[in-house]
Amino acid sequence: MSVTSAPSSRAATSAAPPPPPSGPAPAAAPCLRFRGLAKTFPDGTTALQGVDLDVAPGDFVTVVGPSGCGKSTLLRIASGLERPSAGEAQVSAEQIGYVFQDATLLPWRTVARNVELLAELHHRPRAETRRAAAEAIELVGLAGHEQKLPGALSGGMRMRASLARSLVLEPQLFLFDEPFGALDEITRERLGDELLRLHAAKGFGALFITHSVTEAVYLSTRVLVMSGRPGRIVTAVDVPFGADRDPELRFTPEFAALCGRVSAALREGHS
Amino acid sequence: MSIDLRAPAAGAPASPPPAGAPASPVVAPARGRSLLRGWLPPLAVLALVLAGWYAVAYLVLEPRLQFLLPPPHAVLTDGFFEPQVLERMGEAVARTVQVAATGLAIAIVLGTAWAVAMSQARWVERSLFPYAVVLQTIPILALVPLIGFWFGFGFTSRVIVCVLISLFPIVANTLFGLQSVDRSHHDLFTLHGVGRWTRLVKLQLPAALPAVFAGLRIAAGLSVIGAIVGDLFFKQGEPGIGILIDNYRARLQSPELFASIIAASLIGVVVFLLFGWLGRRVVGAWYDESRRGA
Repeated sequence: MSVTSAPSSRAATSAAPPPPPSGPAPAAAPCLRFRGLAKTFPDGTTALQGVDLDVAPGDFVTVVGPSGCGKSTLLRIASGLERPSAGEAQVSAEQIGYVFQDATLLPWRTVARNVELLAELHHRPRAETRRAAAEAIELVGLAGHEQKLPGALSGGMRMRASLARSLVLEPQLFLFDEPFGALDEITRERLGDELLRLHAAKGFGALFITHSVTEAVYLSTRVLVMSGRPGRIVTAVDVPFGADRDPELRFTPEFAALCGRVSAALREGHS
Repeated sequence: MSIDLRAPAAGAPASPPPAGAPASPVVAPARGRSLLRGWLPPLAVLALVLAGWYAVAYLVLEPRLQFLLPPPHAVLTDGFFEPQVLERMGEAVARTVQVAATGLAIAIVLGTAWAVAMSQARWVERSLFPYAVVLQTIPILALVPLIGFWFGFGFTSRVIVCVLISLFPIVANTLFGLQSVDRSHHDLFTLHGVGRWTRLVKLQLPAALPAVFAGLRIAAGLSVIGAIVGDLFFKQGEPGIGILIDNYRARLQSPELFASIIAASLIGVVVFLLFGWLGRRVVGAWYDESRRGA
């Protein structure tokens, strides 16, 4: 049973109630669109080659690949931190949320002040910023920790704060650069569940980078497998599970089969 | 979900108290003990030094040579407890502190501006950093006569000596601090299109504070040295503690000489403690916690 899916956008999310902003699946204009994207660095290393990719609102697209395959470069290009050497990168999102590998909180600011930071940088009115920050803190489950400094938080809580910081700007596109990579497995799975909940509630488009095949399959509507350097997308696997995923899903045969396919593609791309 | 990351008390007792109610009564006496343990060794060393001092003053030196090293109690009675001497020392210390503080303040303003300018562009750093190094490598003492030659022997010259001698640690540490910002933090600010000024004020300067205070602590001590050096060299104008030391030396008033040397050292110690305390007040809370968390 191998359903090699072409990079057609979103196949089977219709089982669950679709997130509010997305209309009928194929009609939604992508908030991120790469065509023939390539990146060669000044030192001559080619990080990416011929990458086609779409993220529509409500999509949760995950890229898995070996270390150093240019996954992070993909996000840096999507966010405008880096320019592609060839191909086109279109972003039609007013605000982009970028969640880094580490939480990148400012250690001298309390959780509340950290969450307010981005709104502050965008000169949002003070009162509105406060309200939005309080809401975001509540949403990520950090209520009661507002006045703590990041140094007094656990890794998982710091990542929650980082997430809240991005949520304040209500981004239509979220970029995640292995955000849970440094966390223990239990925290990781728990944050994954909460991320799914947030995604269902807010309906943003997400491009998520990870090493973990199970994490990729559990979170995504589509998994893209990248080859080793230069990074190319070798396989796209649509994930047919609905939005309301349960931790038990990880132990179903369907889940295992999908993970198997992704892993096989990874091995193939790596050799 | 709550996380328990209570800070371990300074010098935590060997066996951690059980979590919960009995924690504080157990910790209190332990803390007293550890305080004693902390103070006892240096006090023992002090007692040894004093004993050695007495031994040299009474057993080694003949009475007619005792002026070379007056016994400690003579330093107290003829120096610190002598109202006239004390008054002169007080005035001298006040002048020295005034010179050192003015010099330090100017050095902070100049040094920070210098470092900020260098942090803004590679070419500025390349153009200006060599001169910061030059400032550190030329023996300031060799410049002191020139400074006197140009600016006279008064307050201005002394302040200039202090500025020159304390500038480098401020420049070097501030620049290091400004450049210590993580790349991902820079990326975060770049993503949101902030300008240089916002980046400097909201990211680079706060991140630099721990390094800045490390530099300030060194610079403050150097500024005191600068004020005393200026005193010793210029020998004119308003006398600071340096001139007082020199006068007592010339008149062979050794208890007073020792007392003023101790007074000069105390300025240095107080300044060092003051800036250490200030640094902990300003950055301690987040710096310590982020160290522990890392």
